[in-house]
Amino acid sequence: MAYDSFNVLKSSAVPLPIENVDTDQIIPARFLKATERTGFGDNLFRDWRYDKNDAPKADFVLNNPTYTGKILVGGKNFGSGSSREHAAWAIYDYGFRCVVSSFFADIFRGNAINVGVLPVQVSPEFLHEIFTAIEADPKAEIEVSLPEQKITIVSTGTFENFAINGYKKNNLLNGFDDIDYLQAMKSEISAFAANR
Amino acid sequence: MSNSPTTLFDKVWDSHVVRKIADGPDVFFIDRHFIHEVTSPVAFLGLLTRGIGVLSPERTFATADHNTPTINQHLPVEDPLSANQLLQLEKNTAKYGISHWGLGNPKNGIVHVVGPENGITLPGMTIVCGDSHTSTHGAFGAIAFGIGTSEVEMVLSSQCIMQPKPMKMRINVNGVLGKGVTPKDVALYIISKLTTSGATGYFVEYAGDVFEKMSMEGRMTVCNLSIEMGARGGMIAPDQTTFDYIHGRELAPKGADWDKQLAYWKTLKTDASATFDEEITFLASDIEPMITYGTNPGMGMGISKHIPNAVDIEGGVATYEKSLEYMGFAQNDSMIGKKVDYVFIGSCTNGRIEDFRAFASIVKGRKKAEHVTAWVVPGSHVVEAQIREEGIYDILTEAGFALRQPGCSACLAMNDDKIPAGKYAVSTSNRNFEGRQGPGSRTLLASPLVAAAAAITGVVTDPREFL
Repeated sequence: MAYDSFNVLKSSAVPLPIENVDTDQIIPARFLKATERTGFGDNLFRDWRYDKNDAPKADFVLNNPTYTGKILVGGKNFGSGSSREHAAWAIYDYGFRCVVSSFFADIFRGNAINVGVLPVQVSPEFLHEIFTAIEADPKAEIEVSLPEQKITIVSTGTFENFAINGYKKNNLLNGFDDIDYLQAMKSEISAFAANR
Repeated sequence: MSNSPTTLFDKVWDSHVVRKIADGPDVFFIDRHFIHEVTSPVAFLGLLTRGIGVLSPERTFATADHNTPTINQHLPVEDPLSANQLLQLEKNTAKYGISHWGLGNPKNGIVHVVGPENGITLPGMTIVCGDSHTSTHGAFGAIAFGIGTSEVEMVLSSQCIMQPKPMKMRINVNGVLGKGVTPKDVALYIISKLTTSGATGYFVEYAGDVFEKMSMEGRMTVCNLSIEMGARGGMIAPDQTTFDYIHGRELAPKGADWDKQLAYWKTLKTDASATFDEEITFLASDIEPMITYGTNPGMGMGISKHIPNAVDIEGGVATYEKSLEYMGFAQNDSMIGKKVDYVFIGSCTNGRIEDFRAFASIVKGRKKAEHVTAWVVPGSHVVEAQIREEGIYDILTEAGFALRQPGCSACLAMNDDKIPAGKYAVSTSNRNFEGRQGPGSRTLLASPLVAAAAAITGVVTDPREFL
């Protein structure tokens, strides 16, 4: 499904300095029963965000109005575990357009790009700098430039470049997706299948 | 170039690349596609929205497993959302002419159990499913891995996905496994050494004596857990054990086709001088029955050991302490003797006949601890029938265990099989994440033998005491 294109995003960020955030935390399995892709944002981080009586847990960052923004900053190995794309849908549906971490699980990284959420992998040192900047000023802005493949802490001007392959970059910049690409080469695929 | 040494993984991957995109992924052809009720509906919706169809319906196989009840499967499914997902799967597969083994079908069961069981999974194939434990099928020398729903839509509409080729890792385990050490323990041991992200970016080949001597059921357990160390998948070169398992299965090749395919399968091995991006070797004699104590599958240890101290752990202390707090454990605790409330045997990891044989070998002639609630869930109807035929059913019943109907069940607790908040479950499944088996549940991952010992004594117990 074509999604919003991604170019430059400048926003404050929400810090989640926990490692190995698995997709069961991002969206627990009991919320995977929908047959459409919208509405998952309400249950993003459900069991960290709400107690068993559905009351918001004050100590969880999404319930703290001090921290807002379109960028989620997570600890190392973000998105491990289940392949559920619902995790990326929930992040998108909540309003995030970019997740920053020092390491991503493979399937989550692919799912995120496929739904228009940009995963930005930075060094552990730069991740630490981002957390420090947000701690000092919760409204600290982060600028993510996809054309330049560059992430900058606006207040200090410190930046790092990040990797993304040219094909996926072009998709995100233009809101294209893989299905469009594959549809355009169906005869080549059929010929390949026939020769196997 | 064509004569340069290649790995098993290279041989299978390279023969499925339809197009290489410069500075981009490979367009990768998929031989077999499994779908289930939870990760497919949005993909079918996408086809409808785009006005496109299914390219090769004969290459996709559907089964209902993730949200299905494990009792009273003859009655309507009570949860309206689950019932709707099952209905959508039935309608979507009928509409596009896709084979569907729904609830009540004698071939129904967990997708990663029924695929191999029916001869759909074959060596040298590329196999995907919207489920991370698709890596299971790598046991046959296939490249098999989990995908997201956007990719399910890609496979349905074009029989391809777009993936960069992963790096290659070989993990060797040599020697002879000790008493009470099962394939599950081998996998949990490897994951504990590599951590939950240690193989991210890699596709793994398992090699060495231990895997060569292992049954297909055991190999499936090991490959199943590849994702838990971050690997996209894991595979084992096909050999006589593989061919014997496949031969005669309903959808496996027959006659001249069998001979032709077999000749090809025999070529599927890593060349002697081929190299890997990473290679790791372990000794079988270092592995004991394993148990996890934390909230990811990398937090496991030999059952006789003590929970590590935060200072000795790679990674953040805060994350580690948060994990132990969730579990209600302390650093340096022994796991032996910890109270167990629930025992779950089943799942795509340990829901095959060999797993129930192992479980029965310990519970035979003994009684389930009264305070333990046990869920014994076969991976498929075929496994269920074997359990009855082999007399395992009688052993279980006499020991106070009830046999449930097939499904994913308490592995991810999408149905009613939920571990209550704060309770401890020894589980033969694959993930001990917070709330994985129900909100607030606490999971100790282990083998069927460890699960059986815990079910009998009501506390974490070294199964070697019973062997």
